[in-house]
Order: sequence, then C-alpha cells, then structure tokens
Amino acid sequence: MIRRLFALWHARNLEFLRDRGSLIFTLLLPLALVVGMSFVFGGPERAVFKIAVLTDDLGSVHHPFMSERFVDFIPIDDLAAATRKVARHQLDLLIDPQPGGTRYWVNTDSPKGYVAERLLLQADPGAVRQPVSGDAVRYVDWLFPGILGMNMMFSCLFGVGYVVLRYRKNGFLKRLNATPITAFEFLTAQVLSRLGLILVVTTILYVGVGFVIGFHSAGSPALLLAIATLGALSLIALGLTIAARFSSDELVGGLLNTLTWPMMLLSGVWFSLEGSPEWVRFVARLFPLTHILDAARAVTLDGAGVTAIAPHLVYLAVTTLVFLAFGAWSFKWRTD
Amino acid sequence: MAPILEVRNLVKLYPRVTAVDGVSFEVEEGRCFGLLGPNGAGKTTTVEVMEGILPASSGEVRYRGAPIGRQFRSEAGILFQKTALQDFLTVRQTLSLFRGLYPQGYDIDELLQLCSLQKLADRDNRKLSGGQQQRLLLAVALVNDPAILFLDEPTTGFDPQARRNFWKLIESVKARRRTIILTTHYMEEAQRLCDEIAIMDRGRIIARGAPRQLLAEHFADVLIELPRDDFPASARDLPLRVIEGADRVEITTNDLDGTLKTLLGAHVPLRNLRIRPPNLEDLFLELTGKELRP
Repeated sequence: MIRRLFALWHARNLEFLRDRGSLIFTLLLPLALVVGMSFVFGGPERAVFKIAVLTDDLGSVHHPFMSERFVDFIPIDDLAAATRKVARHQLDLLIDPQPGGTRYWVNTDSPKGYVAERLLLQADPGAVRQPVSGDAVRYVDWLFPGILGMNMMFSCLFGVGYVVLRYRKNGFLKRLNATPITAFEFLTAQVLSRLGLILVVTTILYVGVGFVIGFHSAGSPALLLAIATLGALSLIALGLTIAARFSSDELVGGLLNTLTWPMMLLSGVWFSLEGSPEWVRFVARLFPLTHILDAARAVTLDGAGVTAIAPHLVYLAVTTLVFLAFGAWSFKWRTD
Repeated sequence: MAPILEVRNLVKLYPRVTAVDGVSFEVEEGRCFGLLGPNGAGKTTTVEVMEGILPASSGEVRYRGAPIGRQFRSEAGILFQKTALQDFLTVRQTLSLFRGLYPQGYDIDELLQLCSLQKLADRDNRKLSGGQQQRLLLAVALVNDPAILFLDEPTTGFDPQARRNFWKLIESVKARRRTIILTTHYMEEAQRLCDEIAIMDRGRIIARGAPRQLLAEHFADVLIELPRDDFPASARDLPLRVIEGADRVEITTNDLDGTLKTLLGAHVPLRNLRIRPPNLEDLFLELTGKELRP
C-alpha cells in the first residue's frame, strides 16, 4: 500500500510542479498578499502617531496639541467605536477638546499611547484621562491568521476538488481503477501531496508577511504548524468529498463556492462573530476554518498551549477522518 | 484445461437500451480472443464488465474460477479505447507511476524496449503522436506483465503502417503465451491476431469460432465481388448465392467457371469484377446484412 501511495503522491507532485500556471499562481497569490499588506501596514511615510479627535469637523477644533508634527489626527464622532479602536491599538489616543477642559482616552498597555499621552500633557497639562479597558491587539495581528487560513481554504478546496474532477472527466481515474489501487489509497495520496504544498506556501507566507508587518506569535510555532497541518488535512478531505462523485464542472464549482463563501464570512476571517445570533455561531462552529482560526488566534494572540486548543485539534482530526471515509465510500472512478 | 476467463449470461441494461443481452463464452489461457462487431454492438460494454470497470445488470464474469477481484486487477492489463494520462509526466515517469501500483512486473527499461519507446523515454507524454501514444498506453497495460491483456479497439485511427507495427507488438505478447481479449472492427486485425472470435450485433453473439472454421462454415471457396450498379435486377433471379452489401454484391461459389458463364449469359458486365477468398468482413455482411465499418 505504501508503495502504491508513494507512486501516486510522487506523480501528482511532479505534475503540479511542472504545471507552471498553477505553480506561479500559487506562489504569486501569497506574494501579492505580502506586497498588499506591506502597503497597507508598512511604509516609511506613515505618521508616527494616530490620534482621533472626537469631532465631525477637524478644521473647527483649535487645540495647542494639534500643532505637533508626525501626528495623524483623525476626526471621529462615535465615542464607543473610537474607544474600542483605542483598546484594539488601532488608535494611539483619543481626545475630546471641550471649552471646559480636554478629556482623553489611552490604552495604558500601549507604548505609543504612553508617548502620545506625554506629548498631550505637555501641550495641555489640564487634560483628564478617561479609563479604557481592553487588551493590546493590533488589527493586523488579529487579521493575519485569517488571511493565512483563507488562502489555505481556497487552495485545499479548489486545488484538490478540480484536480480530481479533471482526472475523472478525462478518464485517468478509470485507468487507475483498472489497477489494484483502492479509492482510499488514491484519496490519501492526493491529500498528502496537497498537504505538503499547502504547508510550504503557508510557511512562506507566515515568515514573509510576518516579517513585513512585524508579526510575533505569543505562542509556540510548532503548535501553529500542528494547527496548519490538521486544518489543511480537514479542508483537503472536505474538497475530496465534494469531488468524490460528480463529473460536472458547474456542480462541483457551485458546491465549492457554496462552502467557501459562508466559511469566509462566518469563520471569522475578517471580523469577529462576537455578538452575533447563536444560530450563526452554531453554523460557524461546524466549519473547519472556524476551528483553525480560533486555535491559531488563541496561540498567536494569547499564547495558548496545547491543552487550551485541544478541542479544536480534535475536531479537525475527526472531521478529516469523517470526510475521507465518506469520500472513499461515495467515490466514483468514472463519469456516468 | 480450465478457462482463464468465463462470461456467463451477461446482461447490461441502461435506462433505454439493452447494451449486452445474455452473452456467454469462455477464453482459454494463452489464446487471443476477438470480439467483433460494428460500433454500438456492445463490445466495449461487454469488455468493461469483464474488466470489472462496469457492474453487470445480471450474469457473472469469473477469472481463474473466482469472481473478478483483487487478484484479477493485479494480473490484468488493460488498454482502453480512450485514456488520458497524468499531465506533465514523461514517458518514463508515466510508466514508473503505474509500475509502482503493482507488486510484480517489468523493469521500466525492458518495457521501453519491448514497446519501442526507448528514444521517447524523456518526452512529455502529451507530445507524442497518436501511434506513439498508443504504444505508451500498451506499455502501461503491460507494466505488470499481465496474464490477461484487454485491448479495446487498439488501432482505431492508425495509418496502415502504424497498424502493422502495432500488430507486431501484439504478436510478440502473444508469443509469450499471454491471454489477449481484443475488440475491433477491423476484420484484417482479427484475422491476423485472433485464435477465436465472437461476432456481436445488438448486444448478442451471433457467431463464434476460429476465423477459418467460421469462414468455411459460411462460404464456398471463392467470392466474386461486383459493384452494385453493374448487377441488374434481372440477374437476381439467377441460381447464385448472392450477398448484398451497400455498394457491392458478392457471390460465393465453388464453381468459378460455371458462375462466370452464368453471369456472362445474363449480360452482367464483368469489367469491374474482383475474385478473392472470403474474409471476416464478408462473414459479417452475410450474418447481419450490415457493413461492418461505419
């Protein structure tokens, strides 16, 4: 069995590496993400401090602090949203210059907030600090695992699903069916081949983008690798299950889209689901991507250990086996 | 000797058509068995059920006395009518892939030599000509040194030279006492390669036996062939054994002199006449009233 698996795994890897279009796309997409994120979150021309002013018209505010250089003043009129951003480190300071005295909010865990506060107090010694609760999290640090997970999801589902579909449509699967190989062996070889690719690409992204945006994981990189491995296995197995039976591009494409869009929106790639209705969170918890991202964020942001994320890892391992078993059971070698 | 392969009352039904309608035969080890018939006769369906690729609606196929299973898949070699290979692999890598799927079989270099592929070993399998591609697919089918080899219309679309080269390859496999199941609609191919044939039409076997024996059963010594336009309606009443084709008329006889005199007497023009021994194509026309090739 190992010999047959190896033969298929090796051939699939060769096919992928020589398919220049796919290879370039697979490497270009992460590269584009790296470049894109470096534009958004990097760059020397950026102001040193981002300070929000509680007003709807910045021009009407006259405050001695506003003559400071290298400070980006942003008008904002929603106090709750502004203080949340201060808590999330998306803003260094929030000031409310009233004629009777200035109020300000700062995240006391933030070094930049501390310096900005000194500057403010220099210019306006009478300013009064208001309390801000919340942990020191950069949005990009929160977003980064989501981007990696989303990239992984697309590569796993579409990369594997369409390859199996192509093999079935052009008769290559039928030819393999005439050999002693079993459906489970074939599927496992596909899983392992794609897994290797995903881990390489995700590692490049993690190191590359991480360097550009100054990302530091609070927890163990080995644990992140374990999450990526189990997560990719689960998503690949899901892709194989979708492609196990059908021969129609439209149907398989539709099914894959039906899965990827809700996952992208509900698994917490872009925003947290805190405060959403219970049923939405229930649906989200069914998706492997939700468990990947929850586990990854727990490790990178809170430095969680293996015990804390064990339920996520178990869920990913179990779904991998369930998807693979279902895929092997429902697998069709030929078109109808 | 027990047959290597037995087919018993095989039926394959599709929603609107009965593709195979109660076919039975057996094949002895080391023989080349040909399934002949026009397109749509049920040859490929029969063979794909025998190969275990399609399930039968009823009936059974037994390999060495047991139902088709793991042993069969390990010992059979199959050349489908249409097969795509994995993209971006060279000839040698393609063979290595398939060689890796079997516990036993040829060394890759031996196989390349056997199928005259040495010079193409490092070429991308998508950049082969039709004949070269088919030689590679034959090499894939032979990779496990199969006890039984299935060839489904292996030379369709070949030019005459490529076809003869391919036949030589098959003959070298035959010389090694391997069992071969061949489907074809080229009668010349069946006549040259097969020890036994079964002629199929509309899902049934309508004749079975050694090619020579079948010809002897159905035809006299020679066959006179005339264009249909040269054969007047009045001549149809002559005391001759006439087989009518789409554009030709064939007369089978043991008395050539007498038949020619009869035709001359009826003023049938003989300038386009051909005299030849009967072949399987004539047999098919005789049995079904249809031309074999579409």
